[in-house]
Amino acid sequence: MSDVITTTGLHKSFGHTVALDGLDLSVREGEVHGFLGPNGAGKSTTIRILLGLLRADGGTATVLGRDPWRDATDLHRSLAYVPGDVVLWPSLSGGEVIDLLGRLRGGIDEERRRRLVERFELDETKKGKAYSKGNRQKVALVAALASGVPLLVLDEPTAGLDPLMEEVFQSELTALKDDGRTVLLSSHILSEVERACDRVSIVRAGRIVDSGSLAELRHLTRTRVHAVLRDGASADGIHGWPGTHDVLVDGFDVRLSVDADHLGDLVATLGSRGVTSLTCQPPTLEELFLARYQAQPDAPEASQTPQTPQAPQEQPA
Amino acid sequence: MTTATAPTGHVAPTISLGTRLAGFSHLLRLAWRRDRIRIPSSVFGLVVLAVGSAQATLALYPTDEAASTGLASVLSNPSVIALYGPISSHTADALAVFKTLMMGAFLTAVLGFVVVRRHTRTEEDEGRLELLGAGVVGRWSALAAAVTLGTIAVVAASVLSGAGLAALGMDPTGSIAFAVAWMSAGLAMVGVAAVVVQLASTTRGAAGLGFGFLGAMFALRAIADSADPGTFVHSLGWLSPLGWTGRVEAYGANRTWVLLLGVVALVVGVAVALAVLDRRDLGAGVIPARNGPERAGRLLTGPFSLVTRLARGTIIGWAAGMVLGGVVVGSLLGSVADMVDDPSIRDLLEKLGGTTGTVENVYLATEIHFVAVAVAAAGIALVLRLVGSERSGLGEVVLATPTSRLRWFGAHVALPVVLTTALMALLGAVVGVVGPSASPAAPSFGAAVGATLAALPAVWVMVGVTAALAGAAPRFAPFAWGVLLVSLIVTEVGPLTTLPSWVLDLSPFTHLSHLPGGSFEVVPALVLTLIALALMAGGLLAYRHRDVT
Repeated sequence: MSDVITTTGLHKSFGHTVALDGLDLSVREGEVHGFLGPNGAGKSTTIRILLGLLRADGGTATVLGRDPWRDATDLHRSLAYVPGDVVLWPSLSGGEVIDLLGRLRGGIDEERRRRLVERFELDETKKGKAYSKGNRQKVALVAALASGVPLLVLDEPTAGLDPLMEEVFQSELTALKDDGRTVLLSSHILSEVERACDRVSIVRAGRIVDSGSLAELRHLTRTRVHAVLRDGASADGIHGWPGTHDVLVDGFDVRLSVDADHLGDLVATLGSRGVTSLTCQPPTLEELFLARYQAQPDAPEASQTPQTPQAPQEQPA
Repeated sequence: MTTATAPTGHVAPTISLGTRLAGFSHLLRLAWRRDRIRIPSSVFGLVVLAVGSAQATLALYPTDEAASTGLASVLSNPSVIALYGPISSHTADALAVFKTLMMGAFLTAVLGFVVVRRHTRTEEDEGRLELLGAGVVGRWSALAAAVTLGTIAVVAASVLSGAGLAALGMDPTGSIAFAVAWMSAGLAMVGVAAVVVQLASTTRGAAGLGFGFLGAMFALRAIADSADPGTFVHSLGWLSPLGWTGRVEAYGANRTWVLLLGVVALVVGVAVALAVLDRRDLGAGVIPARNGPERAGRLLTGPFSLVTRLARGTIIGWAAGMVLGGVVVGSLLGSVADMVDDPSIRDLLEKLGGTTGTVENVYLATEIHFVAVAVAAAGIALVLRLVGSERSGLGEVVLATPTSRLRWFGAHVALPVVLTTALMALLGAVVGVVGPSASPAAPSFGAAVGATLAALPAVWVMVGVTAALAGAAPRFAPFAWGVLLVSLIVTEVGPLTTLPSWVLDLSPFTHLSHLPGGSFEVVPALVLTLIALALMAGGLLAYRHRDVT
């Protein structure tokens, strides 16, 4: 399958702040691609370059076979975008905004529009100023999803949605995938990406530090194993078994982490000794994510730590 | 969130003043921190306006004899008074501040209003007050801080200007009265602002109410001031804070007690505002936000229709202002007729109005050039919406659709050009219809419309300046206001002074033809139009090649 989005060595600075530092991203046709990273890692800057709003200082970007800076207008006929922080015109109603954006994109699918408004339970008559963050997000999502474009660029689209609406969004995402459309989904909500995405790219300090399917990424990390051995079975030799870490043996109860390469051997050994219960927990994206970040503690922009993605703002007394 | 609150909302009477004003000093310092450039430079500009023009005028008419009774009789003509207010005495001092007294009072009032609005409704509208309000901040603190800062700005501008005039050697009591005239209007407007920001639920809505009020007050005093003293109509001027400005009679009767009116207006305004504030929700106004239609109208299809739709309220407001202004200007044509045909008066009128011919024409040309500056302000504000939408993120939403930068930028330039043209034509049409019924010497319909349209090239230059800044350096786009203000001062005050002609030539309004009455000069109009086009094209070019953030 061909690539819908390709960037090579993308660089972008704002004054002395380096936002992108050689970013290589590739998104294949028909996939939902997760674009992961903490705040300030360069996700939104990348997206703005892909939309032709910003010009890259160096490197190349190709979207649907076009140069986004030069052919922005033409390119935009084939994509829909939901910004991370949706702002609406204070004096226009939600319905007006959906229609306007649809018309600017060259038409709207009435049937799909009606269905989406219903599914997202959107009150279209409220004006921009009266909507909550989640409802503004819904307006932008309906406008984007109702267009029949082949590429959707969604920047943290569920940040303000409640769990029920997130569920609706997930099922719409699946529908898009079944439809053969491509989605670039930027997020720092890992569970969302884990459920929906075929492949993910993890961005850190303006570079992609890891890219691949979840299976591929998981391969590089450890699996949590919890086994309860049969009465009389020996736990000898579990300590120091190749590829194991954090081994905790309490009688017949064994808890440990094991590298992906040694998981098979370990399970076979435990099985031959006899177990009454065995659970293997693949690493969550959360753990993958933390592993990537902790691996490079001295990256230039280490001020943003993934553990506290949104430090609460201090309030004056 | 923005539903209307019933005025009978619960008020806890036991809340102490200290609690209601908790965090006041922090908010005041925050407001000052954000305005430490804006306020001092605005105050400086106002002081320069007062002192600079007074000094220049005194250089030209140094003695009371020079500012002769002949001049005074011109300046007490109703049509001139309608614009600048009455002259207080036949002295050189009074002549020296004649043109800046009303203009400065108006601008001081605008300053007070803008400062208050910026730190109350704008903060609330954009959600920042919510962040602060969740901290240890009393319900009254933000309003109190804004009113305090607005009052400081108004007092500083007035007192420093008065002191500057006294330092020129002008009558000290008169200079105090001058400060009182500005301060009274400014303080009253701070009080009005405090109320207005409670009523409207948006920044723009507050601007509409505030500037609408100020415009109405100006119109009221124009009508009152041009009536004969002692009549009922003339006494109506006491209802307008801008009517007080002339009634102080600085360098004449010096009614400094008028300051009390300003203080009372401020106190009453703040008291009303606090009462409303105690009864409404954060983010809400007294005028409730209404729902909109479920679907967009047929016309809302592209950038131009979007920009027009968003400016709907502004457009209606300006059109109403033009009709009102046209009626006032047109009907006052009747009172210009009884002018004496004295060459020295003609000379001064030409300096004031920049035209030749009948007194009616001179008067009309003066008014048209004034309105053209106001219409240019409307154009600047519309172009600046491009920058505003870029800052809020709305520009990004539109530019991520197949809307090209050319069309988006173009819409923000085309609408101001079309609107300013329509507004000037509207003014001309109203004057052309109303004028002949007021005076047999009024210009014909065609001449009136032609005269208003002839002022457009200068207006377009202002639109062009803003477009160039918005395209190339959006951060500095608000400097367009400064350019307009300087042009206004240079054109209005300049001819009375000894400023070199090249300074006068810097203002596009200096180059407008003397219409009605004079002949339409094609070359300056063409050059101005070309400059405007070049500025717009330059802005577009820069806009297409820069990052949109």
